[in-house]
Amino acid sequence: MFTAIRTLFQVFLHGFRRRYTVQYPEQRRYLPPRWRGRIILSRDKKGNERCVACYLCAAACPVGCIALGATQDEHGRRYPEFFRINFSRCIFCGYCEEACPTYAIQLTPDYEMSEYQRPGMVYEKEDLLIDGEGKYKDYDFYQVAAVSIKDKGKGQGLNERPPVDVRGLLP
Amino acid sequence: MLTIYIHNEPYRVKAGINLLEACLSLGFNVPYFCWHPAIKSVGACRQCAVKVFKGPEDTRGTLLMSCVVPVADGMRISIDDPEAVHFRARVIEWLMLNHPHDCPVCDEGGECHLQDMTVMTGHVQRRTRFPKRTHVNQDLGPFVAHEMNRCIQCYRCQRFYCDYAGGRDFGVFGWHDGVYFGRAQSGTLQSEFAGNLVEVCPTGVFTDKSLAQHYTRKWDLTTGPSICVHCGLGCNTIPGARYGQLRRVYSRFNSQVNGYFLCDRGRYGYEFVNSDRRILQPRLRQEDGSLAPVAKAQALAFVGQALQRGKAIGIGSPRASLETNFALRKLVGAEHYFQGESAQKSAISEAILDCLQRGPTPTVSLHEVETCDAVLLLGEDVLNTAPMLGLAIRQASRNQPLEEVARLNVPFWLDLVARLITQDQIGPIFIAATGATRLDGLARQIYRAAPDDLARIGLAIAHLVDPTAPEVSRLPDDAFSFAHPVAEVLKAAKRPLIVSGPSLGSVELIHAAANAAWALTRAGKDARLCYAAESCNSLGAAMLGGGDLTAALELLRSGQADTVLIVENDLRRHMPENDFEELLSLARCVIAVDHLEQATTQRAHCVLPAATFAEAEGTLINNEGRAQRFYKVLPPPAAVQESWRWMGELWVASGRGEASPWPNFDAIVAALASEFAIFKDVPALAPPASFRQVGQKIGRQPHRYSGRTAETADQTVFEPPPPEDADSALAFSMEGTPLEPPSALIPRYWAPGWNSLAALNKFQIEVGGPLHDGDPGQRLIAPKPYPQSPYFKDFVSPFARRPQQFLVVPHHHIYGSEPLSAASAPVASLCPKPYIALNGADAAAAGIAGADQEVVLSLAGASLRLSVILDSTLAASLAAVPAGIAPFEGLDLPAWGTIAAAPAGGQRGGGGS
Amino acid sequence: MNPILFHLLTIVILLAALLTVASMLIWGERRLLALWQDRYGPNRVGPLGLGQVVADIVKILAKEDWIPPFADKAVFQIAPGVILVATMTAFAVVPFAPGLAVADVNVGLLFFLAMSSMSVYSVALAGWSSNDKYSLLGSMRAISQMVSYEVFMGLSLMGVVIQVGSFRLGDIVLAQQRLWFALPQFLGLVVFFIAGLAETRRIPYDLPEAENELVAGYHTEYSGMKFASFFLGEYVGVTLFSSLVTTLFLGGWLGPVLPPLVWFILKTVLLVCLFILVRGSLPRPRYDQLMAMGWKIMLPLSLANLLVTGAIVLAREGAR
Repeated sequence: MFTAIRTLFQVFLHGFRRRYTVQYPEQRRYLPPRWRGRIILSRDKKGNERCVACYLCAAACPVGCIALGATQDEHGRRYPEFFRINFSRCIFCGYCEEACPTYAIQLTPDYEMSEYQRPGMVYEKEDLLIDGEGKYKDYDFYQVAAVSIKDKGKGQGLNERPPVDVRGLLP
Repeated sequence: MLTIYIHNEPYRVKAGINLLEACLSLGFNVPYFCWHPAIKSVGACRQCAVKVFKGPEDTRGTLLMSCVVPVADGMRISIDDPEAVHFRARVIEWLMLNHPHDCPVCDEGGECHLQDMTVMTGHVQRRTRFPKRTHVNQDLGPFVAHEMNRCIQCYRCQRFYCDYAGGRDFGVFGWHDGVYFGRAQSGTLQSEFAGNLVEVCPTGVFTDKSLAQHYTRKWDLTTGPSICVHCGLGCNTIPGARYGQLRRVYSRFNSQVNGYFLCDRGRYGYEFVNSDRRILQPRLRQEDGSLAPVAKAQALAFVGQALQRGKAIGIGSPRASLETNFALRKLVGAEHYFQGESAQKSAISEAILDCLQRGPTPTVSLHEVETCDAVLLLGEDVLNTAPMLGLAIRQASRNQPLEEVARLNVPFWLDLVARLITQDQIGPIFIAATGATRLDGLARQIYRAAPDDLARIGLAIAHLVDPTAPEVSRLPDDAFSFAHPVAEVLKAAKRPLIVSGPSLGSVELIHAAANAAWALTRAGKDARLCYAAESCNSLGAAMLGGGDLTAALELLRSGQADTVLIVENDLRRHMPENDFEELLSLARCVIAVDHLEQATTQRAHCVLPAATFAEAEGTLINNEGRAQRFYKVLPPPAAVQESWRWMGELWVASGRGEASPWPNFDAIVAALASEFAIFKDVPALAPPASFRQVGQKIGRQPHRYSGRTAETADQTVFEPPPPEDADSALAFSMEGTPLEPPSALIPRYWAPGWNSLAALNKFQIEVGGPLHDGDPGQRLIAPKPYPQSPYFKDFVSPFARRPQQFLVVPHHHIYGSEPLSAASAPVASLCPKPYIALNGADAAAAGIAGADQEVVLSLAGASLRLSVILDSTLAASLAAVPAGIAPFEGLDLPAWGTIAAAPAGGQRGGGGS
Repeated sequence: MNPILFHLLTIVILLAALLTVASMLIWGERRLLALWQDRYGPNRVGPLGLGQVVADIVKILAKEDWIPPFADKAVFQIAPGVILVATMTAFAVVPFAPGLAVADVNVGLLFFLAMSSMSVYSVALAGWSSNDKYSLLGSMRAISQMVSYEVFMGLSLMGVVIQVGSFRLGDIVLAQQRLWFALPQFLGLVVFFIAGLAETRRIPYDLPEAENELVAGYHTEYSGMKFASFFLGEYVGVTLFSSLVTTLFLGGWLGPVLPPLVWFILKTVLLVCLFILVRGSLPRPRYDQLMAMGWKIMLPLSLANLLVTGAIVLAREGAR
């Protein structure tokens, strides 16, 4: 009985404390760069899409809200023909970013993406692509992968020997 | 059976196998690369090391490569021994030294044996800092992509391509860490089995080029059990679909049929399903003569009225499923049902069925072909008409040389040693054909002659084997000098095999092959008889019966029929142009049900969109009479449905009943089985649609299937439920139990830790053996024991040349002669242009200067302008043209024709008279 | 003024005031709870967020009024009305100021007890007619809770009645001119307040609702205006009990300087705030704890109170 009364009193005293609520649109909190918000697709320094359509983000996604289709250009560079994220399903877990081998898919500190219509929550590739590198700078997957693409032949990537001369006799 | 001890636990294993096979068969995970269940051991990769102990008191043991160690009774081994584990991890590390950082853009990723084995051995951290070796790739043609950087030098590709499949244009180049697998120079791989490199390569050196344009990971593919429709062998396949498109076809293991492999026509022919020639809407002929898409109800009403009003006949198809043909037969009535082949083809199909059912000689499955030790090929170029049969015959050619290996006590699976011992020896293969065949390199003796003479050879061999068989008169010396040794060798063999087929259009050849086989059986041999079949359901169509197209035309001419319902058939391919035109002009109403636009659908009054093999389920009877079931892998597009279902709806639309007599697939299979005694076992081929595992259907999608909530989000965000499949126990979703499904319903091979095709180990009774509950499919015909079968006595007179004329024979081409695969882009790029091949001497006699000259071929009332190819292997007085390729489709070959030099100008290859 | 017209006017004003107060309590409760939980509560719609009341009403009126197909439809529709009618009718006997009561009858207190007991029918019928296991469990709890707490609620008031010697509420107020009954009848006040919490099914005695066990208890299946009726009924109940406590223990309209009606309203509002504070502070007991509290503590306490009061009154009577 006494504890109940003490509780009542203590709760009553809270009426004189500072309120913690942040008055959102007027006041905003600081969001760290690694905040898991709206998902974007980044480009590398040369302005090429970083995404190589490997499907790992889609496989990692626990709610299956990423769908993409792979295709390749005439030089053999893989890229997504379409890339769709259904944000009305996304739980912003960041697994896609963790799975991405090329730093293409990144989560950003932006969460203001309400829509009046659910179809507006479905983002296509053109909605997702940004012009910069995002959080992770100076990484170009095709420089460390050994496939050849336009402007990069065999043996011209990082840490690669020139192609073997199969017909050569030298050891 | 022997007992071996693994980790001190006793296990029973089969004698004569190697340790790796034993461990895998027992369910242990032993990593390996160079060993393959079909191409056996070589001991090159050092990956499958296990500890072998001398006895219970031996604690140190010896590291041995399990793939080259035969099991011995009482053997004690350890897979988890720390030294073996460490050894295997270091071997992987060493193999990975130069393996590029490519997995995200590698098509093998997600089903990569190298990935699986790396995870299995526990090697996770790359320690080396040195630059990686690189290689320049080659363009290997439209089927196989090449990325040599990924190579781990297991030699599987070379051993499959050259040793197993007999390819000559592939090899190993370079040395030490620069070893290179490829061709001497860029160019299309010549082997019919090059596509298997994709499956054989443990990593991503060889990948599927057709898949690359619409690449999808294995975990995203909706897959199901299917049957190849591109020839009559009925190879088992696993097609994979995603986003409503068929993405690729992989082999499905069936130890009796195709084993681990597929031919390139079967693997790459699938793209016709995605073709822009697909018919996706019902079409109705309009006032202005155009074919316009209409609503389903309108089309059904039109066809229903036409069927009610007119005297309708139905024309089925040898490439449609049993159920579709049966439904058509029921709809129009047995006397108005025609099986959709020319009189010649239909007679051959019936002859084949008759020979297999009536004679004493059993037919063979592809697996049994591999166990035969002497083969006579009578008139059939199997690598072009039924490629996997050629691959099986190639394996059969090793059986006699392997006897020497067995005599030296070397296990046959020790492939390198076995091949060292056998060297270039090949078992007795004899080829009698009109010209060169792709298997000629294997042949001990070759005989080239006109089809009639080939039949006489068969009859002569029968008589030489069994003197009670009818004798062939006036056999020329060269024929006798071929027939005699062949007969001797066949008589000496343990299991001789006679192979023939329909490709030369000769019933006599079929009968001659039967006579030869029956003679061998009568002589007490365990002989076998094998016929190739032209279409995926040729034999099934023959079993259902029905008249040929000539009879159908007669009926139309007599006025007893005026409405034609054609199901999954292009009549233009089965009848000459004049007959085709006549049929169209006689018919008041032509209704075509098909999936691809073709000559018949373009001329029809109404076209109904049929489902392809990938969107339907059905039963096909292959060349040996084996009934096999295929299932949908993707739901048919909106207005498309299975042909048998169209027949059911037409049943209603034509006022035959209130509801379709076949509401679902099980119903039509049951109806089929109750009507035909021969099909009584067809319902038991696979579990019915009501089958459930732990109350659940079997998921066509793997449990890692991605993008469920985004796939269709561009159309609707409401995520419609996956399509229901009322026709099978398979579901279009990822739901289901992790239990292994019955073998006829296995949608894909996957096991924990085994993402690649090698997961198949976990589905087999033993490595390379049948699936756990038996291989799916059942042969419906059995031989009749002697003496019920008299020999055929239809003597053929020797081939008589005609002055100034050539006997035009069809030469089949793996790419092009089969219409569906020819609609697939990668296959189409390899189809030959129309040509006429002539023997050099004949050409000179006819005044043709040389190759590439334009000539006019007059044949069956048509004049065709063609360019000449000189083929010195062609028998005299023969001219060969590509079968099934415009303008030769629909022609009944062989036929006599004349050749004249073409006047200048005019169009090349054009038809018309 | 025509007395009938006067009464009608009183009734209309009273009903309007009650409904306004009850709906304002939606806002008031949320703001107060937020205050004690260091938040703001609804503060966006209109000044101080007062527009929230309108917004909520518009929303709830616009919602689909759904009747589950498995429900007993007639009873399902009657149930929410019963609670509103019962609690509102009880207000008829409350004297807000001298002469300002709808009916200052001489059995006012008994009438109040009768009417407040009626509200249990609403809950019971709602739970039963919903034909749903959670609703049924909720209404079962409600019935047993009401039956148990009704007993000592009535008994706790008997002390006051003994002291005043009348059931008329106006008399009871006037009897407090010297001393509010809060002091002599402190035990009665406490017991009555706790019984009031239980009668209105407020936290901590909201076992019939118990959203973390029973979804929403007896009104699980209700939506739209019917759901709102339950809510309004609860808030009217809160107001009713607060005004009763004011009348019975806190001297009713009595007070210096300010007009009597203002005093009455002030005291009632404070008590409503106390109801909300209790809701914001105390956890819900277990069901057996609730019953034990009712039968083993509250009933003996109220009996003791009655006994002592009676003894004292008798003793005083004797002494006179």
